[in-house]
Amino acid sequence: MPHLIIVAEADFNPADLLEQLHVASPSVGAVASFVGVVRGVADHSIEALYIEHYPGMTEAEISRIVDQATQRWDIETVQVYHRVGRLALGERIVWVAVSAPHRGDSFAACEFIMDYLKTRATFWKKECFQESERWVEQCQSDLDKASDWQP
Amino acid sequence: MIVVRFFAALREVLGVDTVSLDADGISCVDDVLSSLSARGDEWRDALSAANLLVAINHAHAHADSPVQDGDEVAIFPPVTGG
Repeated sequence: MPHLIIVAEADFNPADLLEQLHVASPSVGAVASFVGVVRGVADHSIEALYIEHYPGMTEAEISRIVDQATQRWDIETVQVYHRVGRLALGERIVWVAVSAPHRGDSFAACEFIMDYLKTRATFWKKECFQESERWVEQCQSDLDKASDWQP
Repeated sequence: MIVVRFFAALREVLGVDTVSLDADGISCVDDVLSSLSARGDEWRDALSAANLLVAINHAHAHADSPVQDGDEVAIFPPVTGG
């Protein structure tokens, strides 16, 4: 089954996406999935996130990340769905799911793809508060997590 | 021509999302940055931020990466998706 890479404003339905992965081959024995949602910020009343991307490059970069994962682990199919635009508190932002013969590969590839999405894919988040907004700064811990995957 | 695109906070500071540059005299990303910085203090200050990233034709690149006529160059702050 081909990999699924979608960048869109519309929400996604995790159950539908999982169902698509289940149509997979008899060699699939594990599916790991991750959902990221808009979280509040401790000292502010965040109302929404605005997510900008670079159409064309974003999809190309996700595709390169997925290719790296398929070379590194024994996995079957990858789904990456990343939303853009204005997302309210609690809304889903991102979906990553990986099917594989065994759970170890699906867990590892799913986390690898998420860590690389955060540090390589061309998305930018802006936090929107009631009377102000600010661009999110890149997090050192995210960079550290991604570099931990380097062989 | 070389098309240069800006994203996120950099796009907002510059007030534009795209500019076109004459390819004459441009052979790498650094030349693109120099040409843009010559547009004024605001441009020079915004483009001197140490953490800016660049891409050429939708792939991550570096300051010394070659640029040629017809390329699309993008300049942007560190990414924060996921």
